[in-house]
Amino acid sequence: MASRDDIKFLSNPTIGQRRDKYCRFKRFGIKYIDYKDPDFLLQFVNEQGKLLPRRITGNSLKYQRKVATAVKRARHLAMLPYVTDQLK
Amino acid sequence: MRQYEVTFIVDPVLSDEEIKSTLKTYQDMLSKEGGEIVHTEEMGLRQLAYPINRRNSGVYYCVEFKLESPSFIDKLELSLRRDERVMRFLTTSLDKYGVKYNDDKRKGLIGKKKDKDKDKESQQDEQKAKSDSGKPKTNEKEAVKKVVAAKQVLEAVKDTDDKDVQEEE
Repeated sequence: MASRDDIKFLSNPTIGQRRDKYCRFKRFGIKYIDYKDPDFLLQFVNEQGKLLPRRITGNSLKYQRKVATAVKRARHLAMLPYVTDQLK
Repeated sequence: MRQYEVTFIVDPVLSDEEIKSTLKTYQDMLSKEGGEIVHTEEMGLRQLAYPINRRNSGVYYCVEFKLESPSFIDKLELSLRRDERVMRFLTTSLDKYGVKYNDDKRKGLIGKKKDKDKDKESQQDEQKAKSDSGKPKTNEKEAVKKVVAAKQVLEAVKDTDDKDVQEEE
C-alpha cells in the first residue's frame, strides 16, 4: 500500500493554485510614489503604456490612485509615453 | 509654509551657458520672492519618451523650494510658459511623505535602485544591525561558558588526581 508521501504528481500541483495578491505599498511601507522614476512606474503599465487595473497589480485603492497620478505626471514630462507599442 | 517642486525640461540645442542661465533665472526669481530653495537636482540630458517641439531629448531640472504664499506659483508658471528655452514644466506641492522621500533620496537611502530593492536592503540592514549587536553578547556568553567548562574540567582532573594519590597511600 503506497503511503501519501509516495504519490508522485504527474503535473506540478502548484500550477492551479492562485497566488495571494497584496498591495506592495502597504506591505513595504512605501508612502510616496515618485513621478520622476519611470523605471519603477513601468511595473504598473502594460506594453502599450496603459495603466494596469488593480485586479492585476493588487494595489489598494489609495495607492492605485497615487500610482495613476504619478504615471500621468511622468507622461506629461515625457518620462513615460502616452501611446506606444512594445514598451517592455 | 508649504514645500513645492518644479520640474522643467530645457531645450538641449542651447549652449551649456544658456541652459545653466535658465536654471539660474528661476532660482533667482524664487529667492527674490522670499522662497527658500531646499535643493536643486540636475537630472541631466535624458531621452524623451515622445518628441516635444521636434526634439527627442531634453535637459531635466528639478527645483525643490518652500514658499509662504502660493500666489507666486502663478507668476512662476506664467514666466515658464513664456520662456522659449523651457519645453515642458510641472509644479507639484509635496505632502509630508514627499518631503521625507526627497530627503531620503538626497541622503542616498533610496538612490537609483527601485523602491522594492530599497526596502529589502533596509530590512537586511536592520537584520545585520541586530545580528551585529547580538554577536558580541553571544560571544561573551560563549566565552563565559567555555571558562566554566574549563574550570569544571580542571576540578575533575584535580579530583581524579586526589583519588589517585589516596589510592597510592
